[in-house]
Amino acid sequence: MDLTTDILDSIVTTNAGPSSEQQSSDSKKSKSKAKSKEKFDKAMYLNWFETMFRIRKFEEKTLEAYGNQKIRGFCHVYIGQEAIAAGMLSALRTDDAVVTAYRQHGIALSRGMSSKECMAELYGKATGCVKGKGGSMHFFSAEHRFFGGNGIVGAQIPIGTGIAFAEKYRGTDKLCVTMFGDGAARQGALYEAYNMAMTWKLPVLYIVENNGYAMGTSVERTSNVVDMYKIGSSFDMPSEAVNGMDPQSVHEAIARAAEHIRAGKGPYFLEIKTYRYKGHSVSDPGNYRSKEEVKAYMEIDPVKVIEKRIIEQKIASETEIEELKDKIKLEMDEAVAFAESSPLPDASWLYTDNYVQEDYPYMKD
Amino acid sequence: MARILKLRDALKEAMIEEMRRDASVFLMGEEVAQYDGAYKVSKGMLEEFGPMRVIDTPIAELGFAGIGVGAAMNGLRPIVEFMTWNFAVLAFDQIVNNAAKTLSQSAGQFNCPIVFRGPSGSAGQLAQQHSQTFESWLGNCPGLKVVSIVDPADAKGLLKSAIRDNDPVCFMESEIAYAWEGEVPDGEYTTPIGVAAVRREGTDVTIVSYNKMMRVALQAADDLAKEGISAEVIDLRTIRPLDYHTLVKSVKKTNRMVVVDESWPMFGVSSEIAYEIQKYAFDYLDAPVLRVNSADTSLGYSSVYVNEYLPNPEKVVKAVKSVMYVKA
Repeated sequence: MDLTTDILDSIVTTNAGPSSEQQSSDSKKSKSKAKSKEKFDKAMYLNWFETMFRIRKFEEKTLEAYGNQKIRGFCHVYIGQEAIAAGMLSALRTDDAVVTAYRQHGIALSRGMSSKECMAELYGKATGCVKGKGGSMHFFSAEHRFFGGNGIVGAQIPIGTGIAFAEKYRGTDKLCVTMFGDGAARQGALYEAYNMAMTWKLPVLYIVENNGYAMGTSVERTSNVVDMYKIGSSFDMPSEAVNGMDPQSVHEAIARAAEHIRAGKGPYFLEIKTYRYKGHSVSDPGNYRSKEEVKAYMEIDPVKVIEKRIIEQKIASETEIEELKDKIKLEMDEAVAFAESSPLPDASWLYTDNYVQEDYPYMKD
Repeated sequence: MARILKLRDALKEAMIEEMRRDASVFLMGEEVAQYDGAYKVSKGMLEEFGPMRVIDTPIAELGFAGIGVGAAMNGLRPIVEFMTWNFAVLAFDQIVNNAAKTLSQSAGQFNCPIVFRGPSGSAGQLAQQHSQTFESWLGNCPGLKVVSIVDPADAKGLLKSAIRDNDPVCFMESEIAYAWEGEVPDGEYTTPIGVAAVRREGTDVTIVSYNKMMRVALQAADDLAKEGISAEVIDLRTIRPLDYHTLVKSVKKTNRMVVVDESWPMFGVSSEIAYEIQKYAFDYLDAPVLRVNSADTSLGYSSVYVNEYLPNPEKVVKAVKSVMYVKA
């Protein structure tokens, strides 16, 4: 439990204020464990739990289907990081845009995409959210303003900045959440995008989901700067570190950031500290991490922590939680059945969606 | 004596031997050291050579490719591994604008003896961004040499040549073929860059291919043999410079050619070969050169798309029958 205590201490270093000057000094960094807890209502807590439990169960079904070779290719699950999706859902508006990387199933589900269309996509079926064209790494939904699902590390950082640019250009008050992993934070594209976003005061919320490892490389081995929120300071971008194992902390930080951004003050950067319980992808055994470390993080499993809080603080009854769980489990069984029974795409669809021009003359021999 | 080695181990032997031979050679890339390489090509190399010569980088392809170029300009011989050539697209500025042009810009004062290596091409259901080939892209650029291999013995001999080469070499491998085995000679040898290999002799048609599509070409040749058609199969091995002498020599014998190329059809390896053949063997051709490429589209994830997209023996047999004017 000592390691768990250390971890909790290290990830619960949430800064409170939005000003960059405040974050630029370590000495001013508050170490209080989220003292300023707002009172959230029952619906909010149940919403967080449902979102997290849905993602957890979806990913468990994903791993099972992958083991049975129903799902192929690269596959990166979100298990352990669910609190970020849950806190983000409650703190954002549904018309805000989101773009992320390839560890995206959980984010897609939290944005409102259905378990059925997502599972069918993993199965490569015609009924998938992108007709079996994207698979695990590339979900998209124009309806839910989910811009993908990017497979090239860091590519979505400037793209999300551009999505935000378009909102400012059109004069809306929508923002774009641009998510990436700790590995992507070392790509040059981040520095170019951050500079332009701050210069032009674009409505973009950058979130680095720092799960500690870029594939097999720990954050410590990728940079002299391990407190990733500090990357924002050279751009004078307001930046905070956030406990990503608790949807409430995530919600509060994103709500604060969104308010700042919608006020026209430009970008905001959150380093959300989290952990992935599984390997980088299904083919990665994760031998670079100690069993003790994984176990210590299991002690603060966000799904269990929030369930416990709901029960202990009598926010909802155990029966209500069980009913919610049964509903989600049924939803997952239905999603898998839907994916299993859906037809494969038609081979001729290889020649659709490459150009908007419908009669584009492909070179066919 | 020869041994049976997997492609990944043949590549590793080449790197190890060259690093023992020349202290200026080092390996750099994502997960090459502590993780033993994303595809285990560099397994055990950190242990032998230490962290100064087997270097894990952050995910920063443009940056570490550029660091490789600078180190090469200043007297070292870097081997830069890309986890896949798809990620090397971020580094194309350094490969195309710098590695390829340094010698020209400096009027011969600075050369760039660097090897950029990693897997190219599709590797199952990996979807649009992880399934591309890069032989045609980089083969288009003067200043670069481009090697694309599948045979373990070639891989070892050509990688050793690439490391010793005084010009930048882009070296294309295959995720799928890393586990494929082949005979590798014992002892010291190199294989020259720029020379194709005749893998199977034949008299009726020449099938040209490279990298993992060689298996498709050879399978097609087997299938054709059962129907009494004798196919000669050539492994290009090097894309740039292109060994058109070997191709022309073969076509003068067979009078027909089919190119099996995982690249997209337009402006690529297959187009270039067809040009060279019509220029140097026009009077020997009994049929137009045909090609079997990947589809002229992005590749989706579902197995249905993958099967439709890639060249396969059936498509090659059909093309061969077409150039032979035999009914399919």
